Amino acid sequence: MPNNVSIDELKAKAKELRLNIVQTTFNATSGHIGGSLSSADMLIALYFKYLKVDPANPDWDERDRFILSKGHCALSYVPCLAMRGYLDLDEVMKNFNKTESAYGMHPDSKKIKGCDASTGSLGHGLPIGVGMCLGLRLKGIDSKVVVMTGDGECQEGSNWEAAMSAAHYKLKNLIWIIDRNHFEIDGNTESVMSLEPLDKKVESFGFKVIKCNGNKMEEVDAALAKAWATEGPVCIISDTVKGYGLSKFEGKATCHYASFGADPAEVKVYLDEIKNREF
Amino acid sequence: MGTAWNVYDANKMSSGAMYGKTLAELAAKDPRIVGVTADLAKSTNIGLLGEAFPDRLFNVGIAEQNLFGVAAGLAKVGFIPFASTFAIFACLRGGEQVRTDCAYQKLPVKVIATHGGVSFGAAGSTHHCIEDFAIMRAIPNMTVVIPADAWETASAIKACIDVPGPFYLRVGRGMEPLLHESEEEYTFEIGKAMKLKDGNDVTIISCGVPTRDALIAGMMLEEQGVSAQVINMHTLKPIDADAIIEAAVKTRRIVTVEEHNIIGGLGDAVASVLAQSGKRCILTKIGIPDEFGPIGKPEDLYAMYKLSSQGIMETVMELMGKEIEEDDWSDED
Repeated sequence: MPNNVSIDELKAKAKELRLNIVQTTFNATSGHIGGSLSSADMLIALYFKYLKVDPANPDWDERDRFILSKGHCALSYVPCLAMRGYLDLDEVMKNFNKTESAYGMHPDSKKIKGCDASTGSLGHGLPIGVGMCLGLRLKGIDSKVVVMTGDGECQEGSNWEAAMSAAHYKLKNLIWIIDRNHFEIDGNTESVMSLEPLDKKVESFGFKVIKCNGNKMEEVDAALAKAWATEGPVCIISDTVKGYGLSKFEGKATCHYASFGADPAEVKVYLDEIKNREF
Repeated sequence: MGTAWNVYDANKMSSGAMYGKTLAELAAKDPRIVGVTADLAKSTNIGLLGEAFPDRLFNVGIAEQNLFGVAAGLAKVGFIPFASTFAIFACLRGGEQVRTDCAYQKLPVKVIATHGGVSFGAAGSTHHCIEDFAIMRAIPNMTVVIPADAWETASAIKACIDVPGPFYLRVGRGMEPLLHESEEEYTFEIGKAMKLKDGNDVTIISCGVPTRDALIAGMMLEEQGVSAQVINMHTLKPIDADAIIEAAVKTRRIVTVEEHNIIGGLGDAVASVLAQSGKRCILTKIGIPDEFGPIGKPEDLYAMYKLSSQGIMETVMELMGKEIEEDDWSDED
């Protein structure tokens, strides 16, 4: 059962996460800011309302699982885990990407409390999620397994191997979220290697597809509510804007990975924009 | 024990069959054991687990990336998954998943690969696998075991349950002749070399299917007046460095025997230990000489690559004829 959290509270948390993403990027001098900002609203809604987790008991067998298959967005995910109470947020933001830090560009489940799978190489999360669902079913545990992939990531064939098996095994607790921010490193997904019609492809593999504006909390909340109530496998295609929250970066392929200057004045402009913006 | 290489001795149980049988027995006692395969339930014999426990074997179809990802997911929620496919697909087609999903996260996924080396002879190079030792050895956290026969396969399958991390085991395809007559006649310990025969002039270090031929070659060498020590190095990683150094000091001549490319496998693992030891020793590596092999019956390919008892014996005799350059190292002290 989802937690009773209001849309306004989730929006405030998402704003806080965006500020943390920007500040962490500044501290680390660079980061995967585009996909981290595009996926921020969905991560907040998952961790603060929908996922059945307990930060005090991270290995709780009956918890819901979440796999960030687009592991390069650890910049969004790890501060979100910290905000949820798994980690010390200041420490995460200070040490991100630093030598010998537990918090690198891609999340390491052996080092990060609350992280259910190490990811980074694309196309790995969905197969792991399928395995988790099969195992949980065998143990009689009725928990959700949520996997978030990127959209460009869907070009990896392993996703489709996993999708085929999710439908074959009738994995009712599997929720695949595609952060459809339209860009991969070399440009728009439709110019690099077209994905559309993505909904029909996913549907034809046996998923029930739910679509939403992934940067509008009301729609994110509704999509997750529906996914939680639907017998899966379910796929949410979360239409987002890469770099959402910073007008300088929004909708540009170049924001996949951005370097910030060393000038605190520059980051203050970014932070102020987020603070003053209505999401 | 004969000297002829006979792949299809129908009176014996193949290593693969022994694997499936042992796994099903273990699963009856240990509810953590599950299986995953990619349309090779019959060929790898993991299907025997599915026959005993239908709900504990997942056949993901012809999809090796998914195979090892699913295995990792099962391990993540507390199971000990055995994942089986042909060796070439385990180390290459699904290799990144073995590395990143299983080994990086130190998950207890047991990769049990069949049809290794050139044992799938007539299938040709798409289905031969002479690269897996090199690849699996180079993956951190991975334990690599290459049993010599069906008995050792059973021993290794039982032992690997207690290995906390990922585990790779490779067997051949057919009903290879047995090295041992029963499990009672030897002690199997992961990481500990097994001495099969004592000798003073030369050491043959072997792993996997050709180990039986290595032992036969050792006996043939006695008839030629050469006292050969034969070591079964069933564990490639962690390798038993003490046994290698002891052999180097004792015999100064070592021949390695493996059904693998001579690059990156047992021979190179032994060479690395030797080079770092400072001990004087001459080494000859028998294996596939860095080429894609032809099609053919496995026994023919074995003979071609000097992996037969005759080939091993001849190679040792050649080595015996070589002078070992003297130096003034005093490593005997």
